[in-house]
Amino acid sequence: MPHDHHDHFHHEGMSPSGHPYRADDDAPLSYWQRMEIAVRELLVEKGNLTPAEIAAQIEAMDARSPANGAAVVARAWSDAAFKARLLEDASEASREMGFDIGPLHLIAVENTQDTHNLIVCTLCSCYPRNLLGLPPDWYKTRAYRSRAVREPRSVLREFGLDLPDHVTLRVHDSTADMRYIVLPARPAGTDGMTEAELAALVTRDSMIGTGLPRQP
Amino acid sequence: MSDWDGRRWHDMGGQDAGPVPMDGHDFALWEKRVDALMVLCGQKGLFTVDGLRRALEDMGEDAFEKYSYYERWIAAVNQNLIEAGAYSLEELAARMDEVARRGPTYGEAQRDG
Amino acid sequence: MAERVRVKPLSPPGHVRAPWYLRGKEGVIERPLGAFANPEQLAYGLPAEKKPLYRVRFTMAEVWGDRAETPDDTLDAELYGHWLERLGAHAP
Repeated sequence: MPHDHHDHFHHEGMSPSGHPYRADDDAPLSYWQRMEIAVRELLVEKGNLTPAEIAAQIEAMDARSPANGAAVVARAWSDAAFKARLLEDASEASREMGFDIGPLHLIAVENTQDTHNLIVCTLCSCYPRNLLGLPPDWYKTRAYRSRAVREPRSVLREFGLDLPDHVTLRVHDSTADMRYIVLPARPAGTDGMTEAELAALVTRDSMIGTGLPRQP
Repeated sequence: MSDWDGRRWHDMGGQDAGPVPMDGHDFALWEKRVDALMVLCGQKGLFTVDGLRRALEDMGEDAFEKYSYYERWIAAVNQNLIEAGAYSLEELAARMDEVARRGPTYGEAQRDG
Repeated sequence: MAERVRVKPLSPPGHVRAPWYLRGKEGVIERPLGAFANPEQLAYGLPAEKKPLYRVRFTMAEVWGDRAETPDDTLDAELYGHWLERLGAHAP
């Protein structure tokens, strides 16, 4: 899970995970890169966009990471009233915590002792990006998109999660305007932990449903 | 004679496929810029995410296999902007040609690069 | 009692958001989600009508038949009203 870089200034060249961007200059300029430069310049010259807006949008996207979702989950584990609001309207609950999620329509689905939830988008790559940041590469692959709806338990085993037979699996295909986040079950042995300590247990995959939170 | 059941290539749910590849990468700056262009064009009403998806789907399966995610996205962004009349193909062609002459890498091909 | 619906078994050539694997399948309305601009018009740059959107729940047994991995597991998807037909109380 990426480190939490909330408090750090993000300079160009560093990704939200704290690694350098994949180098732009390690290969000859491609056709598609030329198109990106040309489209961007034309939009600026025509007055549709400003360079500052583009930089600000990149900065805003970089500030979104699984740490935001982890903070929401940890609050829900710590505060029953907040959890109720999250399950009622996850967009409003996220905004209440100060996260700028734009027009995102978010639904939280709760894992319990006998229910596990898994999120996929079979038609493209819909993901709660305005809360969690951009999706991992595997989420966008043919293999995940094809198999998560027909053999989800087999997919989960590839992620190291062997779901017991008594647990019902609910798969959510993000086919339209809603986006989903899994509210994982709070791990045992976490009594008395602070919200920050709890948030550190919440992985990106546990909020997609392909993993469980870390054990303390 | 040929026929078709009407299932489009991008509509993948339930098809046979191999193991989920777990390797990932951090995004390059030019990919971040493509993402930002899409979001901003949507906010300004130039086109919608549905228009982006439509263009991606119409590119076909060959493009899905052959090009990277953000390569396909910039193609779809451009397709929608051409259709919206934001600029002409003539303007795009001239600018892409000019960009190519600025330098051999992405960094050097920036106007101020 | 949850309302039963069937996804229309249509196959138009353009941009639609009803997945192929659910067409012709029966499920129950899990919840209505409100009205949203029709993506089948937005995709072509057209003015879009608001269409009611529903979260519909299917069993894996209904969707995949004998091939289902675990028949009682479920699958939820969002479907627009114009892709659904309501099944009356007397429907088979």
